Amino acid sequence: MKVAQRFYLREVLSGLVLTGHHFFANMGKHIAHALGRTGARGAVTIQYPEERRPYSPRLRSLHRLVRREDGSPRCVACMMCETVCPARCIYIVADEHPNPEIEKMPSRFDIDLGKCVFCGFCVEACPEDAIRMDTGILEFSSYSRGGMIYTKEMLLALEPAGPDGVPRSPVPIPADRTV
Amino acid sequence: MILDFGIVFGRVAFVMMFILNLGGLLTWVERKQSAIMQDRIGANRASILGFRVMGLFHPLADAIKMLTKEDFLPARADRFLFQFAPFVSVFFGLAAFASIPFGDTLRVGDRVIPLQAITLNVGVLYVFAMLSLGVYGVMMAGWSSANNYALLGGQRAAALMITAEIAIGASIMGVVMWYGSLDLQDIVRAQGGLLFGWIPKWGIVTQPLAFILFLTAGIAATKRIPFDMPEGESEIIGYFVEYSGMKFGMFAMADFLETVVVAGLTTSLFLGGWQVPYLYDTGVRFPWGTTVALPNVVVALLQVGSFSFKIVVMIFIMMLIRWTLPRFRYDQAMRLGWLGLFPLSILNIVLTGAVLLAWGSRP
Repeated sequence: MKVAQRFYLREVLSGLVLTGHHFFANMGKHIAHALGRTGARGAVTIQYPEERRPYSPRLRSLHRLVRREDGSPRCVACMMCETVCPARCIYIVADEHPNPEIEKMPSRFDIDLGKCVFCGFCVEACPEDAIRMDTGILEFSSYSRGGMIYTKEMLLALEPAGPDGVPRSPVPIPADRTV
Repeated sequence: MILDFGIVFGRVAFVMMFILNLGGLLTWVERKQSAIMQDRIGANRASILGFRVMGLFHPLADAIKMLTKEDFLPARADRFLFQFAPFVSVFFGLAAFASIPFGDTLRVGDRVIPLQAITLNVGVLYVFAMLSLGVYGVMMAGWSSANNYALLGGQRAAALMITAEIAIGASIMGVVMWYGSLDLQDIVRAQGGLLFGWIPKWGIVTQPLAFILFLTAGIAATKRIPFDMPEGESEIIGYFVEYSGMKFGMFAMADFLETVVVAGLTTSLFLGGWQVPYLYDTGVRFPWGTTVALPNVVVALLQVGSFSFKIVVMIFIMMLIRWTLPRFRYDQAMRLGWLGLFPLSILNIVLTGAVLLAWGSRP
């Protein structure tokens, strides 16, 4: 170590100059903002619940079931997603579809989000493009395990996120969610 | 008689309120200043009826949280000392400020009120003694917790305090030699003089080395980063590991109070205390001869304002240091104290003595 470095004071002073410069530069920007000026902000903080940074369009968020034009699910209950799911969180009960041209439809389509690992395999496995993970919804925590189970009706009601990644449908609330 | 008592009470109450409020506010200062230094916003969520006021309610929220937490008492702890220790810490932090003058004198009618909680002719020694007694609370806390980590923290606190105190005492000696008094009020008054006719004769001008040594040792005495040996969050949790609730809060409060005391002592010894440059008892007298007469009340208010401003600046600098430097390792702190600060303080005493001898009298 050089003598100048062993003499700790000089390094301390250079450090203080650096942090002090940050303080006064940021303070000036904060004051300019408080006085109504626009320009660089004094902090990089994003105030989360009120302010959000846009999500990437590739984000894997809450699932949704794609609807046909008549509003029924596009899903044909082929069980591909249920089979490929590594977390085994999808539960499908197949049923006859009233339209003879379509073979089957799900009478139940439950996803247990408490088990889901958000791998996106279900989306890739689906031959009908009936399940997608593009709602942009990430806040679906619950105080109970039952509150994490999303049913067919809830998943069908969801809309894809807007082009800026902002969710366009409200967060669905399962019936037995306590809060 | 009653009026005299009232005046004394008022002086003590002023100092008490000043230091308590400042100490409480320091939690807010610490959060906000560190946040702004690190390009963040800092705590701003506590609100009363939707008003946030830049997070100023956070100290209040802290107090409510700490008062409502469980007050834990370890099974094998010494009941009395365990509960007594935080009070000792806070008491000496508060008492230390008493002999630091916050103004010269206020003349009301024919009364001359010294602006100081207690007028002591050994004020320096008093502050010094109270600062060192504060460590007893920490040691008591460490020992009475019946916890090895707490005991280690208490021992480290004692070791650090001795290290810091020797350097503080030795660096103060230079100032005492220069101004020739142990009375803080006298020292501050002597700093009102001018060097070469225009430089205020503050301690930082006449004793620059002592200033750096005293500030370093003073920061060590506050037990905060970079000298947080007794706490050492990354290695031992420290002397308050068994404390919870408001008792823990009191230890944190004691650290802040010590910060205020060290800032006040630094101000009094090195930054001219309540002195405003070129402001005298009767008004402003600039070195080029212009004079502006001011009434005594205005002068006293200016002095108190100057003292408060200097303390705030010192606290800012100490917070800046706390949020800039990484913590010393235990052996590094000991090495710095015994092989760095202490010999340099002795050197400072020798240099001061030589200069005084060469000058023949105090300049």
